[in-house]
Amino acid sequence: MGGNAAGTVLPENHDFALWEKRVDALMVLCSSKGYFTVDGLRRALEDMGEAAFEEMSYYERWVAAVNQNLIERNLYTLEELGAKMAEVKARGETYGEATGG
Amino acid sequence: MPHDHHDHDHFHHEGMSPSGHPYRADNDVPLTYWQTMEIAMREILIEKGILTPEAVQLQIDAMDARSPANGAAVVARAWTDPEFKARLLANGSDATREMGFDIGPMHLVAVENTDAVHNVIVCTLCSCYPRNLLGLPPDWYKSRAYRSRTVKEPRKVLSEFGLDLPDDVTVRVHDSTADMRYIVLPARPAGTDGMSEAELAALVTRDSMIGVGAPKQP
Repeated sequence: MGGNAAGTVLPENHDFALWEKRVDALMVLCSSKGYFTVDGLRRALEDMGEAAFEEMSYYERWVAAVNQNLIERNLYTLEELGAKMAEVKARGETYGEATGG
Repeated sequence: MPHDHHDHDHFHHEGMSPSGHPYRADNDVPLTYWQTMEIAMREILIEKGILTPEAVQLQIDAMDARSPANGAAVVARAWTDPEFKARLLANGSDATREMGFDIGPMHLVAVENTDAVHNVIVCTLCSCYPRNLLGLPPDWYKSRAYRSRTVKEPRKVLSEFGLDLPDDVTVRVHDSTADMRYIVLPARPAGTDGMSEAELAALVTRDSMIGVGAPKQP
């Protein structure tokens, strides 16, 4: 990343979506409770490989990195996550419906 | 006229919450895999008693409340109080804590712009940023373009932000680390001698504390 050729820096901003703010909150809260360190997150991000940096958005990488660390810490299992994700997905087609009213 | 719907039919969204409120615009696009993961993680952590919904909301509120005004207050204090400035440059974490801005266990390093040196901050690996002083980082700070190029051709990147530096000014690029955050102490603009700390703070922009801009002129 650092030092690679890349395009023009576009000086734009956007309001963060609710789910992005929640990812941020989960990261800060779980890290302040000692479930992982910033180094642990950065390791998970680096392990994703270059494709993740091309294909995933910023908070998509972060949610994956936080999840990776929490699973490694045995806070929950992949099976639990998979079951819950299926339950969430069955609630509706949009984030608003799936996250509950 | 909150109940007059005739004027804003173009804001029509699919779906209402059970309490009868429309979902915000960014919540009514098709659910993605990663959004599903966020909801699932959060609910599992709440079910297991590790987090509460209130704690998540409070954290979001706390982050929303942080803004570059915090950093601007620090810069204005440094411009007006030479002893504070010395403490800030010696130990940024302790000096900003004096003002109530706690950076936690991380180290804050303030780097001073002068006639001879211009500093700019970046995080090449992810998006480390002095959030307690500046709020959440802007999109471009996290972009591949900014992170890749700032360490390679900083003058060109700065010129794209509208900051053209003379050749005799040294550009120092500071790459943040997991436990170290940088903030730029911009040079006090000329013609501000009689101004109060609050008036000076209003001149300090977010971009000037990242190093991609200059403070406003009085």
